[in-house]
Amino acid sequence: MATTAVVTRKYVAADAAHKPISKQLETIGLQVVLALGAFIMAFPFLWMILTSLKDSSQAFLIPPKWIPDPWAWENYPASLQALPFGIAYFNSLYISVIVVTSTLLTASMAAYAFAKINFPGREMVFLLFLATMMVPQQVTIIPLFLIMKWLGWVDTHLAIIVPPALFSAFAVFLLRQFIRGIPKELEEAAMIDGCNRFRTYWQIILPLLVPAMSALGIFLFLGSWNNFFVPLIFLNTPDLFTVPLMLNQFRGQYTVDWTLLMAGSTIAVLPVLLVYIVGQRKIIEGITLTGLTGR
Amino acid sequence: MVATTIDRARTARAGRQWNRTTTDNLWALVFIGPQVIGLLAFSALPLAAALYLSLTNWDGFGNQTFVGLNNFVEQLRSPDLHIALWNTFLYTLISVPGGLILALLVAMGLSNIPFKTVYRVLYFMPVVTSSVAVSVVWLYLLNNDFGIINTNVKAWTGVELPNWLVDSHWVMPSIAFMGIWQGLGYSMVIFLAGLANIPVSVREAAMIDGANKFQIFRNVTLPLLSPTTFFLTITALIASFQVFDQAFVMTGGGPGKASYTMVFHVYQLAFVDFTFGKSAAAAMILFAIILAITIFQLYAQKRWVHYED
Repeated sequence: MATTAVVTRKYVAADAAHKPISKQLETIGLQVVLALGAFIMAFPFLWMILTSLKDSSQAFLIPPKWIPDPWAWENYPASLQALPFGIAYFNSLYISVIVVTSTLLTASMAAYAFAKINFPGREMVFLLFLATMMVPQQVTIIPLFLIMKWLGWVDTHLAIIVPPALFSAFAVFLLRQFIRGIPKELEEAAMIDGCNRFRTYWQIILPLLVPAMSALGIFLFLGSWNNFFVPLIFLNTPDLFTVPLMLNQFRGQYTVDWTLLMAGSTIAVLPVLLVYIVGQRKIIEGITLTGLTGR
Repeated sequence: MVATTIDRARTARAGRQWNRTTTDNLWALVFIGPQVIGLLAFSALPLAAALYLSLTNWDGFGNQTFVGLNNFVEQLRSPDLHIALWNTFLYTLISVPGGLILALLVAMGLSNIPFKTVYRVLYFMPVVTSSVAVSVVWLYLLNNDFGIINTNVKAWTGVELPNWLVDSHWVMPSIAFMGIWQGLGYSMVIFLAGLANIPVSVREAAMIDGANKFQIFRNVTLPLLSPTTFFLTITALIASFQVFDQAFVMTGGGPGKASYTMVFHVYQLAFVDFTFGKSAAAAMILFAIILAITIFQLYAQKRWVHYED
C-alpha cells in the first residue's frame, strides 16, 4: 500500500515535470486570483484605517488619495470624546470574560454528567438540550424580555450575562462529545484512589478538556463580543453599551462625518484584529474544531 | 454458617451498590443543575410563553385577551410579513449558494499552495469582526456620492453604477454580497479541514485510472466532501434566515421596506410597535420555516450526502 503511494507520487511528479510551463502558469494564475480575492477581503479594513487618518478635504478625492497628507490623528481623540468608547470596551470585555468562563464551567459540568454518570432520565434531558438548539433566539426573546423586566434586570448587564452563562446547549453538546472520548479507566483509577465525582471532574476530566475548552472559549468569546441583537434589546443607557452597540449609536449621530465614523470603526475593530493576527492559528483552529464537532 | 456469610456479603455489596448509585445520582443533579435551570428559565419557559403569547393580543401592559389563531391568520395575510419573507428568501438565495461555492473554490485553490497561511488569515479576517463595524465600513464603501467604488467608476468610465443601498432593487443583493464577504472565511476553513481529510491515495488512484481533473472533482472530491458541505449548508441556511444586523445598521430596513427582513419584522412588532402577540406569531412562523427547511435537508441528505463507514 505504502509502496503504491510512493510510486504514484513519483509518477505524478514525473508527469508534472513533463509540462512545467503549463503547470507554472497554472500556479501563477491561481496566485493572482487568490491574491485578488485576498485584496477584496482586506481592502475594506485598509480603506477604513486610511480614511480615519484623513481630514474631510482628502477623504473624497478622485482619483482617491491613498496615503493621508497631512495625517489627521485628531479624528481619534474626537471620536473618543464624542462617545465613551473606553467604557464600551470595558463593558464588552468584562461581560465576555464572565460569560465565557461561566459557560465553560456550567457546560463542562453538565457535559461530564451526561457523558459519564448513568443517572435516570439522562437520555431524555439530553434530548431536551438538543431540541432547544433548533429554536431561534428571536422566538424566545420576547418572553425573555418579560422575564428580565419581572426580575428588574432590563437595562442592566445581568440580562445579557446570566442567560448565556447558565445555558448553552451547544457548549454542553460539544463538550460531551469530547468527554465521551476520554477512556473510562482513567476515571475508575481516580475513583479507586478515593476521588469523589467532583474531584474526578476537577482533577482528571477538566485538565484533559483544556484543548476543547480553549477552542470553544474562543468561539463563545467572539459570539459574545460581537453580539448585537441581544444588547440592542436589553440595554438603553449609553454607559452600559457594548462596543457594537456604541458604534451603532455613533453611526446614528454622525451620519455624514465619514472620517470620524471610520475612526470610530477602527477603534471598534482594530484591537480585535490585532489579537486575531497574533493568535490567528489558535483562533482559526478553535473555530474549525467547534464547527467540525458540531457536525 | 457458610450460607449466612454469603448472604451477609451479598447484602453488604448490594448496600454499597445502592449507596454508590444514589451518590452518583446526587452528583449528576449537582452537575447538570445550573444548565438545567438555565434551560428551563431561558429556553423552555420562554418557548412555552412565546407559544402562549402568540395566541393572545397583548401589548405588554393591561389585559391579555385570548385570540386563538387570529395573530397567525393576520400575520400570514400581512403585506409586511410577505415583504419580509421575500427579502429574507432573496438574501438566502444569493448568499448561501454564492458563499458556499466561492468558499469551496477558494479552499481548493488554497489546499496546496505557497503563502497558504497568509491567505487564510486575510480571508478569515471579516469572520472575527463585529457585523456592526463591517456594516458601517460597507455603508461608506457603497455610498453613491462619497464611496470609493461608485465615484471612481463614474470618473474613470462614465458608467453610473446603481446606488447600492438606496436603490430598492439593489439593496438586498448588496447586503447579501456583504454577507458572502463576511462569511466566506468560515466556510473556507471548514472546507479546508474537510479537504484535508480526503486521503491523497484516493485521488491518485482516480488519476491512474485516467480520470481528468474535472472528473476527479466531480466523482471523488465532491462526494467525499459531502458531509462537510451538508453541515455548512444547514448552518448557513439557518443563519441566513436570521439576517438582521446589517439591515438594521445600514438601511434601517429601507428604502421603504426593501431590506425589511423576517427578524426585522419580529423586532419591529415587539420592540417598536409593542404588539407582543403579533410578534410572537411572526417569530413562530419564522421558526416553522427554519424547522421545515432543516427537516427537508435532513431528509434530502440521503440522496446526496456520502458517509464513510
